[in-house]
Amino acid sequence: MRTALSLALRTLAREGRSGDLAVLFLALFVAVAALTGVGFLTDRIERAMRMQANEVLGADLRLQSQEPGSDAYAVEALRRGLQRSRVTSTLSVILKDDATQLANVIAAGAGYPLRGELQVATQAFGAPVPAEGIPGVGEVWPDSRLLGALNARIGDMIWIGSTQLRVAKVLISRPDQGSGFVDLAPTLLMNEVDLPATRLIQPASRVSYAALFAGQREAVAQFSKWLEQNKKPAERLRDIAEASPEVNNAADRAGRFLSLASLVGVLLCAVAIAMTARRYVKRHLDFAALLKTLGATRGTVLAISFVQLACIGLMAAAMGALAGYLAQQGLLTLVKGMIAAELPPPSFNPLWMGLAAALLLLTGCAMPPMLQLARVPAIRVLRRDIGPPPLTTLLAYGPAVLVIAVLIRWVTGGGWLSAGFIAGLAGVIALLAVAGWLLVTLVGRLRAGTRIIWRYGAANLARRRAESILQIVALGLGLSALLLLTIVRGDLVEDWRARLPQDPPNYFFVNIGGEERDAFRQLLEGQGAKLSRVLPMVRGRLTSINGAAVAGLRFADGRGEGFAMREQNLSWSDEIGVGNKVTDGHWFTPAEHGEPLVSVASDYREALHLQLGDKLLFNIAGEEVEVAISSFRDVQWDSMQPNFFLMFAPGLLDGAAGTWMASAVYRPEDPARVAQIVRRFPGVSIFDVDQLITQVRSIIDKAVVAVQSVFLFTLLAGVVVLLAAVQATRDERRYESAMLRTLGATRRTVLAGVLLEFALLGLVAGVIAAGAAATGGLFIATRMLEIPYGIDPVLWITGGLTGAVLVCIAGWLATRSALNPPPMQILRQG
Amino acid sequence: MERKIVLEARDVSRKVSSPEGELTIVDNVSLAIGAGGTVALVGASGAGKSTLLAMLAGLDVPTSGNVLLDGQDLTGLDEDARARLRANSVGFVFQAFHLLPALTALENVMLPLELAGRRDAAQTARAMLGRVGLAERAGHYPRQLSGGEQQRVALARASVTRPAVLFADEPTGNLDTTTGGSICDLLFELNREAGTTLVLVTHDAALAARCERRLTMAGGRLA
Repeated sequence: MRTALSLALRTLAREGRSGDLAVLFLALFVAVAALTGVGFLTDRIERAMRMQANEVLGADLRLQSQEPGSDAYAVEALRRGLQRSRVTSTLSVILKDDATQLANVIAAGAGYPLRGELQVATQAFGAPVPAEGIPGVGEVWPDSRLLGALNARIGDMIWIGSTQLRVAKVLISRPDQGSGFVDLAPTLLMNEVDLPATRLIQPASRVSYAALFAGQREAVAQFSKWLEQNKKPAERLRDIAEASPEVNNAADRAGRFLSLASLVGVLLCAVAIAMTARRYVKRHLDFAALLKTLGATRGTVLAISFVQLACIGLMAAAMGALAGYLAQQGLLTLVKGMIAAELPPPSFNPLWMGLAAALLLLTGCAMPPMLQLARVPAIRVLRRDIGPPPLTTLLAYGPAVLVIAVLIRWVTGGGWLSAGFIAGLAGVIALLAVAGWLLVTLVGRLRAGTRIIWRYGAANLARRRAESILQIVALGLGLSALLLLTIVRGDLVEDWRARLPQDPPNYFFVNIGGEERDAFRQLLEGQGAKLSRVLPMVRGRLTSINGAAVAGLRFADGRGEGFAMREQNLSWSDEIGVGNKVTDGHWFTPAEHGEPLVSVASDYREALHLQLGDKLLFNIAGEEVEVAISSFRDVQWDSMQPNFFLMFAPGLLDGAAGTWMASAVYRPEDPARVAQIVRRFPGVSIFDVDQLITQVRSIIDKAVVAVQSVFLFTLLAGVVVLLAAVQATRDERRYESAMLRTLGATRRTVLAGVLLEFALLGLVAGVIAAGAAATGGLFIATRMLEIPYGIDPVLWITGGLTGAVLVCIAGWLATRSALNPPPMQILRQG
Repeated sequence: MERKIVLEARDVSRKVSSPEGELTIVDNVSLAIGAGGTVALVGASGAGKSTLLAMLAGLDVPTSGNVLLDGQDLTGLDEDARARLRANSVGFVFQAFHLLPALTALENVMLPLELAGRRDAAQTARAMLGRVGLAERAGHYPRQLSGGEQQRVALARASVTRPAVLFADEPTGNLDTTTGGSICDLLFELNREAGTTLVLVTHDAALAARCERRLTMAGGRLA
């Protein structure tokens, strides 16, 4: 064993220097660099996105209830190393001198908010700056509207319940204020220490308590599970998916795409390693045979290969991981301006994952061909044509398939997704193998009576039957992975960009009285605002579905219950809004105006399990209105346009005493102008959603950067596969081209023959890859990312041609050097 | 004086299957070679010389018959046992030298000693390199050596374990006449010094003529 170790290390060092192992090393190095690079990037950007997304909650987890939360939760959170805080909110009338205003009073505990930040200013509607901490004891931070309504300014004392507190700052925004219009009342933030003195919390008062938790992702996930099991039924656990579907969607899709890209990286690595290992084995058969002749046992030969492989693996993995880390660091520096927030530092997980994946891949994809070295008969030293007996198919491909399946499960997290991937992969491999077999059979038959170039190229393909088929499978897999990623990336980025228009309305005005609508519009337009939509709005409560009272119905999740129990904003319009798409039924025709019909958003439909034609009974301002569902709509909630779950047929609710809402692109240069609106229309609620738009845009920016850069990494892995596949037959080609040139062929003829061979390989691999990518893209876009997808017929042509061209270039690069030395030199070397 | 038999073939045949049916490459050959003897296997190309050599050396197994090397029946041994036997009792010289390009001249010579588990590998190998006149080139790689020098290294590697039998397959086939001649001289000197049995396959009439016995093969049989 000592001999094997020392021999392995000595030959490894020398061969490494002579460049013989360079290809295997390079394949592994780039593979690991790609994998860890993707891993690091994914990890950091995903964590940053999640963290930013969680700002919408002000925490990673939020437990809401009508009763103060149990201390046990805080104890448990502390035990798990989580940060925690809490907020208590209630409605109360705030007084200053003679002025009164109903406000949403929020008492915050130390540490609030755990995610995101509070923005404050020194005057109403002033320029926001991040706040340090929460209001001090004895202080309050009212928002601009409250300040305006009370005609107060900084330093004034205002009454909250039974105590007086000093206005210290103006609250401009809270991370968890949301984009909904539920909290119509203005807001006031205070320190929870002052809460008992206000005596606002009485047995009968409507108070809502929220416990906030944040921390390491894994710990939060575990704690979330624990809470699910231990919380009281009335307590509601909110995470990002529920709090802000729009932000969650972008984060989720990016996450899925990134894991898909890592997976593609893994597959490319596997192919590259398998190809280079085969070449390594081929080049070491003589070495193994000689060692055996000199008395080495099979165990010694195997031990030598194993030690070499392990050394290469560890070295390539370590250096690859380092390169992956540096590459993502460099990439992030490059795009720094594009990313709004600082990224959290990378965790070490991707490093271990890269190392483990490299060793797994090496074991599964490189070990089986290595076994051949132990099996080569010693007599090969006398008869070079004698090789090892071929491996059984199970032994040759079984471990690779197993390892890839394990990695797919690992990356995708199991379930139908990994099953789909494995099935798809097997299908593509089978298809490529069949196409390869057809190609070599067909060109073998067709080559008689053709020109020398064609005959030489075709003969190569047909003669190296198994090699050719293997090359087509490898190239096809590489190309389909790259094409797939190209398509999905394009669709994804386009979809994201389309969802957030260039200049979305940044101000929402709610609660505009019917008689003041026109005056309001005039004032706003006079200040240069562009009003995009003005919709009526009434509040109503759903009371029964198809005659069954909702109070008696049970719903599977909190969302359905929320829709059924809470008062909803209802609207009507003759136009379907931007970002709305009817999925079932039809939008109101002019003939249907005034009919008892309603159009329902898909989210609402799913939560309440509704069907077309279902009858919904609403209580609107004391009157009962029954309507039938005439259509369902998919609504893009992240389009920043005013949208409603329930849109009634125009004309039906005209008599209901409602108000109006409007959205506008509004850039008041002077905060005094907004104050002017508040003074003139005190009842109108103003929502500045610039903050939210920036939030969403920044998340999407991050996702796009991640997707693009990860795509680059994968491209690199693809190039290595290409090189590995072409390199696989390089030695034979060297010899053959020397032979042909000795027999009088020009370099041109030899090169043309080789290029023809590669072009055929590339074309077949490319066309199949395009088909596989189109099908895979459809599956991934619709099932995994839930984005629209159109099959592009141009893809087949471009895929095929790109494949042929790329393979030709790689083939030319790899063969060129074989054509340079004089033929005699090559023939002598054997 | 009767020499001890170190290498014996008893009715050895080697058959392979080919598209034309079964092909007999070595046909029922029996021979016995005494210790310290020198034997040349000669014959036309395809006569079965190399196949016979491979079976005598335990690199290949006969389809039927037995080979006894140093008193041990090779046919009863598995691959690893044959390898161990080769490590201790057999040396090889090839037409194409077959040095490991990644190892220096010294390391190439050390290789069989190391595989046999010898601790004094470096020292013994260095002495052996000196014996073949290449002490100065110990640190050189094969590609830095001429053909003749490479074959000297190969000779040193084959003899360094003092094997019972040294097999040589066309040892001068890749060399010019003068270099080939000096390699031949060295081969026979080493054979004499160590009392090694030398079995070589050659087309070189001069080389064959220097052997004590010449066995001519034709159509897989000894003529």
